[in-house]
Amino acid sequence: MFHDAALVAGKDLRVELRSKVTLQQVAPFAVLMLILFGVALDPDRGVLRRASSGLFWVAVLFCALLAIQRAFTIESADGGRDALRLSGLDPAGIFLGKAAAIAVQLIGLEIVLAAGVIVMYGTEVTGWPLLAATCAAATVGLAAAGTLYGVLAAGLRVRETLLPILLLPVLSPVLIGATKAFEAALGGAPADGWPWCGLLVIFALLYVAAGTLAFGPLLEES
Amino acid sequence: MSAHPASTSSSASRALGVLSLGGLALLLGYALVWSPADVVQGDAVRIMYVHVPTAIVAFAACGITSLASAMWLRKRSEGWWVLGGAAAEVGLVFTGLCLVTGSIWGRPTWGTYWDWDPRITSTTLLFVLLVGYLALRQVDNERGDAAQRGMRGAVVGLLLVPNVAIVHYSVDWWRSLHQPATITRLDPTIEGTMLFTLVLGIAVFSVVYVWLLLHRFRVGWLEERAGDRGIDQALIDRRAEAGVGSGGSQ
Repeated sequence: MFHDAALVAGKDLRVELRSKVTLQQVAPFAVLMLILFGVALDPDRGVLRRASSGLFWVAVLFCALLAIQRAFTIESADGGRDALRLSGLDPAGIFLGKAAAIAVQLIGLEIVLAAGVIVMYGTEVTGWPLLAATCAAATVGLAAAGTLYGVLAAGLRVRETLLPILLLPVLSPVLIGATKAFEAALGGAPADGWPWCGLLVIFALLYVAAGTLAFGPLLEES
Repeated sequence: MSAHPASTSSSASRALGVLSLGGLALLLGYALVWSPADVVQGDAVRIMYVHVPTAIVAFAACGITSLASAMWLRKRSEGWWVLGGAAAEVGLVFTGLCLVTGSIWGRPTWGTYWDWDPRITSTTLLFVLLVGYLALRQVDNERGDAAQRGMRGAVVGLLLVPNVAIVHYSVDWWRSLHQPATITRLDPTIEGTMLFTLVLGIAVFSVVYVWLLLHRFRVGWLEERAGDRGIDQALIDRRAEAGVGSGGSQ
């Protein structure tokens, strides 16, 4: 299973590395969002600094939507999904591989966004370990839930518009937990953030388990 | 059910209908006339006799959808698929009613139609989750196959209860850190006529839900049959066409 996962993740990441869609389109979009938030919310009154945790995670959420759409668009051309089905790879492995590839891209985007928030919004970091743990747990949850709902919408004509309405309410606990943990790590008391990190871990475990179980039947019937 | 039913009612659903209407009339009497006004909330408390039951039914509807989805995964029978959709659709109406009545109650009591109260927030997210589930059921995939449609709907339907639970829990925790409950919602020592009216409301709205669910289920079932008949008719037409075509060439 893990060998299959590594194969699929390697393939997806190689596709991204060669097509450079994440690098040339999604990452600039992430930075653009930070600029738009800055323009929309008055930068002088400290609103940005206070809201930076929430804005960061809203930006991550929207980037995640793009990355998930992208992860299944690359399979839709040339019968890629049929090839995956016929490949004999373990469906749980395919799920973990695709989720891992999305997670790696999200981590990259989060580093870009974090640098942007620190530089542009003047946010101070008081708890690096909490920051890193929150990013890790939230990213696993986002990638797992995203991959599960992504394959659900993959075969549909209206997938671009259906995925956000299906996925974003499901991800709302991640937004809440990650924002609260970040508030603690960015200028707050880091000790307050760890229980929220626990919530993110529970969410991640739930969706890794659900995805591992459900991905096979969904891929068969997508 | 006969092959050409004229309506979706049966003796059971007619009995439920009568019970629903009678119950609603009785509830109206108790809620508006026979129960006293609240000491703190005044007459606004009467909205609670609709608001609380719709909330309970809305969350129960999620449970029915998840249960029906689990049963579909086990049995793969069309009935469970139709039930999941019917429960969610009627549940969506009750969720909407719950939000609207809550808003109407909030205006005189809190002075605002909307507050970032944990229950409002999680009920609104429940509303969106149900909308998403129903939207997913509506769309056909590129190859338009019932088994594919069923599997997708069943997975999202099954995840409805864990999603609602984790959303509810996280929103609750999120808000409780900000502000302790500023207003006592329902008086915890509610008793007498008010308690009776509330329990009556819950019972009546449960019956109304089951009544609507039964009809919606039958409509859904007939829709499936109509879809099948459409396919059969298309096959017959195509065969006739082919027959005429080959006849003409001879």
